[in-house]
Amino acid sequence: MDLSYEVKDSYAEITAAGRLNMVSAPKLRELVAEVVAAGTSRIVINLQETAFMDSSGLGALIGCLKAARQAGGDLRIAAVQPQVQMVLGLTSMDKVLTSYPSAAEAFGDD
Amino acid sequence: MRPFWVRLVVVLTVLTGVNYIAWRWLASLNWDAWWIAVPLVIAETYSLIDVMLFGMTVWRLKTRTPPSPAPADATVDVFITTYNEPLDLVMTTALAAQKIRHPHSTWILDDGDRPKLRDLAAAHGLGYVTRSAAWSGMPRHAKAGNLNNALMMTSGEFLLILDADQIPEPDILDNTLGYFNNRRVALVQTPQYFSNVPADDPLGSQAPLFYGPIQQGKDGWNAAFFCGSNAVLRREALMQLGLVGYVKETEKSIRRALSASQAAIRKARKAASSESPLLQQTLDEVEAATQEARRRLDAGESLSEITYRARRRVDQAVQSLVLADVSALQADLEEIAAMSPVEVGDAGVPVVTDDAVQRMAARDWSPLGAIESVQAVLDALSVERTDEAQPVMPLATISVTEDMATAMRLHAMGWQSVYHHEVLAYGLAPEDIGTMLTQRLRWAQGTMQVFLRENPLVQRGLKFGQRLMYFATMWTYLSGFAAVVYFAAPIVYLLFGILPVTSLSTDFFVRFIPFMVVNQLLFAIAGKGIPTWRGQQYSLALFPTWIKACTTAARNVWLGRPLGFAVTPKDRQSGGPRWSLIRPQIAVSVLLVVAAVVGIGRLVAGMSEPVGTLVNVLWVVFDLVVMSILVRAVLYRGYPAGDSDDETDSSTESSKERAIRGPEL
Repeated sequence: MDLSYEVKDSYAEITAAGRLNMVSAPKLRELVAEVVAAGTSRIVINLQETAFMDSSGLGALIGCLKAARQAGGDLRIAAVQPQVQMVLGLTSMDKVLTSYPSAAEAFGDD
Repeated sequence: MRPFWVRLVVVLTVLTGVNYIAWRWLASLNWDAWWIAVPLVIAETYSLIDVMLFGMTVWRLKTRTPPSPAPADATVDVFITTYNEPLDLVMTTALAAQKIRHPHSTWILDDGDRPKLRDLAAAHGLGYVTRSAAWSGMPRHAKAGNLNNALMMTSGEFLLILDADQIPEPDILDNTLGYFNNRRVALVQTPQYFSNVPADDPLGSQAPLFYGPIQQGKDGWNAAFFCGSNAVLRREALMQLGLVGYVKETEKSIRRALSASQAAIRKARKAASSESPLLQQTLDEVEAATQEARRRLDAGESLSEITYRARRRVDQAVQSLVLADVSALQADLEEIAAMSPVEVGDAGVPVVTDDAVQRMAARDWSPLGAIESVQAVLDALSVERTDEAQPVMPLATISVTEDMATAMRLHAMGWQSVYHHEVLAYGLAPEDIGTMLTQRLRWAQGTMQVFLRENPLVQRGLKFGQRLMYFATMWTYLSGFAAVVYFAAPIVYLLFGILPVTSLSTDFFVRFIPFMVVNQLLFAIAGKGIPTWRGQQYSLALFPTWIKACTTAARNVWLGRPLGFAVTPKDRQSGGPRWSLIRPQIAVSVLLVVAAVVGIGRLVAGMSEPVGTLVNVLWVVFDLVVMSILVRAVLYRGYPAGDSDDETDSSTESSKERAIRGPEL
């Protein structure tokens, strides 16, 4: 899994390319903690290139959402691929997280 | 051919049992003595249901063939859970775990956070995990919490869970991982076997019937369950469970917060006098925000979005109110200044005059207080699960026996489980009756908590057979009530000549004896020569423990009372036998003996009939034989082999006692 991030005007965009699974989940958690600590608590996870996600990956997303919210911001996901959408549905996590069509639109309305 | 014979005897048991109990209900009740007749027939019906559930269990007895080899690339974390067991005990297990053949990482999950253990782990290249900072001030959930914490810090595909005293064999993973080639398998449980138990097992520690026909039978119904240790679990299944639970809990708490906010707003409105239109406006805005949130919730929008918007809107409203208040205060202060109220005090510091203080105090600050309470309710409007250390809790925390609750949820989600009938780890059983009783009480309490909180009969997703398999285990823990009746009935007859049945005629014997005989035959055949008598003794003799478990669990679940920290009395340190632990059983035994003597006296005096007396005296003898095991249990001085040194012995005992500590409820 390749993780990278870029700070935009009003949010930070994290791109997670590859498989977000039990092996890479802790890395995502660490990265988000870093970004939040550096002062950006509005975060978009761009899942455009995330081909696969398991429950541990979803668990990490929840952990990151908590970290961002506690810092007064928010965490949103964008460009969800079919397998990830399926996992979101299977665990009813789609009830918690909205998937935005693109990273740019995630914080589009506020 | 064994299944055929087992099934045949099951059928015979059900036929003879129903024949007997139906006759009991329909034709034998002595209504003049209904107060003992009805309890007795209910107790007997309870026992019939119990044996029928057992029959259903062994009907599908599953003898598994060894699975295909483990996938070589399967990654495994071995978790050794500990709280305050002696370090050498933990390290013995940990080092044995390190030698498990299949590639894996070994972790010591130290809930006691002991620096010495950390050092030992580091020195031997073992992983060491303690609770993260997020757990401070949060419910700890004992062992379930310990495991949930470790799940967030590790990444193996599979988890082998071991209690601190369960020393694993090197092939424990080789022999179990293969089952996971079936992608739907979430759990492989192996037996718990204790190496410090003599052949006659005075404390009934080994559970050969449970880690044998019962789990094998449950396995046949895809209902073999997790027993806390010596089991391999699939991380994906646990995490899925955690996520589904997270979504459910979050939605529930958001709905709760929304309905609570309505009441809080109403209260705030009443408290806020009409003189403060700004406050009323703020409350209007808050109400609109919660109504919007509810609308969005019903429309199926995502929880993170709903909570984000609602809280933003409310925060803004509160901010403008505070701003207005501050400017009003400013104006007041200016007015105060214009009245030249400032005098110079002794120290030359400006002080506010009494007049001014009065004016300021007259200002109604309470509306802001009311808004704060609204804000507090709205703080609960979140997706962060602020009342728990971590949002995702894979292992169930609804019971002190997290294992069974977790397994049931896994089954309800469609996962499969496996019972692998081969001893692959050797543990230590309690070596004194006090510790043993505490342990049994915990198990029983935990099981009843699950029964009352998540009754398997009504859980969505479980198959019919699975429902009954979980129910069967819970049903057995009700036996304490039946036992009381079984002790009372012969006492009542022998003392007062009152018979709960209309007559002890041939009608009774031709129905009762066949049932009794096939019943025992069923246990003998299903058990295939394993000793079941000890278990039968304890299921009757520990009736005070089972009853206490039921009543404390009910109070806990329904009234929110703590389970009660079952601390074993300290007098064991004095070394003497602790007869006080079995006081109720001693009292009952004395009553039984007295009743037998009186009964025989009544017979001699011609006050009762021979058949009734004989049957009831035999019944008393049976009860006494059953309870005699407790005498041996109280007198038991621990396992003689191995550590002959007294001191080592007692320290192991007390460590085990602490090892089965209750969680902080």
